[in-house]
Amino acid sequence: MDGAHDMGGAKGFGPVVPEPNEPVFHGDWERRAFALTVAMARPGGWNIDMSRFARENRPPEDYLSKSYFQIWLAGLETLMVERGLVTREEIEAGKVLSPPKPGVKPVAPNEVTPAIRRGGPTEREAKAPAMFAVGDTVRMKDIHPVTHTRLPQYVRGHLGTIELNHGCHVFPDTNSLGQGEDPQWLYTVRFDGPELWGNGTDPTLSVSVDAWESYLERV
Amino acid sequence: MSDHDHDHHGHHHDHDHSELSETELRVRALESILTEKGYVDPTSLDLLIDLYEKKIGPRNGIRVVAKAWSDPAYRERLMKNASAAIAELDYSGRQGEHMVVVENTPEQHNMVVCTLCSCYPHPVLGLPPVWYKSAPYRSRAVSDPRGVLRDFGVTLPDTTKIRVWDSTAEIRYLVLPMRPEGTEGWSAEQLAELVTRDSMIGTGLPKQPGEIA
Repeated sequence: MDGAHDMGGAKGFGPVVPEPNEPVFHGDWERRAFALTVAMARPGGWNIDMSRFARENRPPEDYLSKSYFQIWLAGLETLMVERGLVTREEIEAGKVLSPPKPGVKPVAPNEVTPAIRRGGPTEREAKAPAMFAVGDTVRMKDIHPVTHTRLPQYVRGHLGTIELNHGCHVFPDTNSLGQGEDPQWLYTVRFDGPELWGNGTDPTLSVSVDAWESYLERV
Repeated sequence: MSDHDHDHHGHHHDHDHSELSETELRVRALESILTEKGYVDPTSLDLLIDLYEKKIGPRNGIRVVAKAWSDPAYRERLMKNASAAIAELDYSGRQGEHMVVVENTPEQHNMVVCTLCSCYPHPVLGLPPVWYKSAPYRSRAVSDPRGVLRDFGVTLPDTTKIRVWDSTAEIRYLVLPMRPEGTEGWSAEQLAELVTRDSMIGTGLPKQPGEIA
């Protein structure tokens, strides 16, 4: 979706302000919000693409006014309410008002480290040969899905060059909707700065995105 | 997205204001609801936090870079198959399943961003700093990387090519900075002192030998 999260090339946000000696978390609520989000994914039964969509699918003023972990918290609440794990009323009241959803098992302490170390690889077996080869010129499709996509607006319609082929990976656009993994070839596509940002752009600049095959058109 | 979670213009304040307190109360209440419903185990939450605060962090990436600087065969393996080479040092897992290492050269400087959210190679760098997740960085890294570098106090020659990697999929990028001159014969342990987190994101450069005691 063309939401406020899609920030590449946006103007007016000011300088980057690094924080010296920054802690991993700012305050205990961030620790807990982070841990709850990670720990609820498996019992909740959602995937990473669903999580990302739950975070980004909100009005721009809401997205831009929340801190990062506040966005995570709002996303987590959405995912749980959608699946009937908790109700909005419970969240607002801050207490349990209905019985738990049956059959939901928490992540046990002895499962934590193995699960984090395993992660969630997204590479899948190829079902068909790759349509594009390293060195090919491609155009990014000019599409505007209202659902989750990982094709940023700033590259849509632009010409790029295939630089790497990463094999077949889970396709977020369908996976986020629960429509299956639909693995597709994933490429790193490189763009010259002036192609993206116009005349007067630093000629030494090039930018790449990682793009699934269905985002690309032959030229 | 606000640049900081509970402060403004980068100044850290310890005092609460009502917005933070509201969020704090909300998270606390949510945790008690989820615990009572049997969806989460508080011990598992503590373990997760401990992992990301104490065990998973930039020290891991620093060891990878220092080994690559001091061991040419390892460097070659790292450039050819980063996931496997990083697994040799046991730094694998969530958000580092598919690693690619990009090396800085005198001709090209690499910088990594996630314009769409905050994708970041957790097993080697830990959780991302606030600036990496912030609107100023995510918007400008792809259109004005030299300006971003200036924000970090870094100026590169005009002739150095700038190569920005936007992490839009599950591939995670780690920058291999250039080994500083004047470090001939240094051990991996000594070299590790020169590697900074930001030098592995591409928003900084490694320390020079004169900068460490």
